[in-house]
Amino acid sequence: MSTQAARIAKGKEDAEKIFPMVKEKFPDAVLEESMPAKNADPFLVIEPASLHEVCEYLKNESELNFNLLHTVSTADFLGGDDEEGRIEVTYFLDSTEHVHRLNLKVKLPREGGSVPSVCDLWQTANWHEREAFDLMGVHFEGHPNLVRILCAEDWEGHPLRKDYVIPESFHGIKNIVY
Amino acid sequence: MNRVGEFHVHKNVRKRFVVMINAGDLRTEEMLLNMGPQHPSTHGVFRVVIRTDGEMILETESHIGYLHRCFEKISENVNYMQVVPYTDRMDYLCAMINNLGYAEAVEKLMELEVPERAKYIRIIACELNRIASHLLAFGVYGLDLGAITPFLHAFRDREKILKIFEKLCGQRLNYTYIRVGGVSFDMTEEILQDIQDFLDYFEPDVLDEFNRLLSYNGIFISRTANVGIIPEEMAINYGLTGPSLRGSGVKRDLRKDEPYCIYDRFDFEVPVGDGEQGTVGDCWSRYIVRVKEMYESAQIIRQAMRDIPGGAFIDKKASNKVKPPKGEVYHKVEGARGELGYHVISDGTDVPYRVKARAPSFCNISILDAMASDANMMLADIVAVIGSFDIVMGEVDR
Repeated sequence: MSTQAARIAKGKEDAEKIFPMVKEKFPDAVLEESMPAKNADPFLVIEPASLHEVCEYLKNESELNFNLLHTVSTADFLGGDDEEGRIEVTYFLDSTEHVHRLNLKVKLPREGGSVPSVCDLWQTANWHEREAFDLMGVHFEGHPNLVRILCAEDWEGHPLRKDYVIPESFHGIKNIVY
Repeated sequence: MNRVGEFHVHKNVRKRFVVMINAGDLRTEEMLLNMGPQHPSTHGVFRVVIRTDGEMILETESHIGYLHRCFEKISENVNYMQVVPYTDRMDYLCAMINNLGYAEAVEKLMELEVPERAKYIRIIACELNRIASHLLAFGVYGLDLGAITPFLHAFRDREKILKIFEKLCGQRLNYTYIRVGGVSFDMTEEILQDIQDFLDYFEPDVLDEFNRLLSYNGIFISRTANVGIIPEEMAINYGLTGPSLRGSGVKRDLRKDEPYCIYDRFDFEVPVGDGEQGTVGDCWSRYIVRVKEMYESAQIIRQAMRDIPGGAFIDKKASNKVKPPKGEVYHKVEGARGELGYHVISDGTDVPYRVKARAPSFCNISILDAMASDANMMLADIVAVIGSFDIVMGEVDR
């Protein structure tokens, strides 16, 4: 087996071990288990409101000990005729002790949705959530300082939204679109 | 009025200055100090607002984003292959590893196995680039703390690596060498010989020279040992990775723990901070991990050059038509600064739906504010601390 295949197999193996544990503890919070047959990564879809308690369990349970939050990633889906638009916030967790990983996903409506901040569990989330707010407009409840981080303070809109319109000028500086 | 001191300007100057201070009038005042965005020791455009009391730092506030070039937004508008040059420009000091992370993420989506020879070439190129990056970190760290000579020595050797890269792919910094499906040019016998010559020259003589020059220099040790200590738990909580995490004594290296490419075929050590000078997790520990890593990288290159097979260096058919099926992956690799992750979402077209890069420097530098408010840090120490993370602002802001 090649190294790449071994790594993918390890990810699946972790998911098969950890998904049932979370599901048993929080039967109502787990909305969906995505175990793709091929190369895509497995995901566990969590109800937004109970994200914090699930994370608290994942971090403090000694058998899991997810002490490293790798990143918080976001993606915007406009939706179409048959499906509603949504914003997906994905948390990539890692354990330095057990060397296993877990991908948590939260699905939010495009407007007005919010998700509890996990800043108090992992400080990594602080800047990552600020970035998600800045570029994608996701609101994190309970974040200590939810302000823009990469764009200018008075920037308007959230650039990574799929329906974002590039402004014609910013403080009198004309924007040239090629 | 109490006379508290007498100062002589110089022993040859006869005039005597007498300082008269009323002890009751002694007071200190807090001051806001702006450091950056244009400041040589911030390694780019990084701004820190420091609240000081005399020379002691009370609080800092980091501001980033001055170098934001919309990497993620641009990636949604160009095809999979055209994203590769933009990954170069994130961490421009070890662009090879940036290329590798992205290429492997897309290959994972496509279920593509690259040719054996390409895997070995990738390892050699990445580890060579890691040495170049650590050489710069070593030299510039000395420069930050007032030692100019080590910088010149480090750049002398880094130049040799850049010359090899120039021969390999025509570029010195932004290589775009590792692509989806393989690498862009073959590593010829001549280049392999150049690398062999470089390694024979570099290790162990040059590394010894570096240790004599800077690592065990008394002034350097007193500037860095016991300064900016990060305990293990705090380091993990803030998402520190790479040499910054290993400096705190955590033995975590993706090349060993979750091998990618073909790293599981090589024999190498993972150096961690052991408190040889000062405490585990101080600036000196983070620094020495990098110096030791250069030696380990050289070992990996030697093994890869010994075993490199013949054959194709790129899967031409696959690289001409990069159109992964629907799906999403997260792939992380061990960069020179820490763990670099790519979250790639594909909607089945030849343009990525979303590319998110997890930059190691972005997480590493986020700990600075917490360190400044916790520890008894002095103004001169903040330069030592920022330098010890070896940040690249191109990667922080993307």
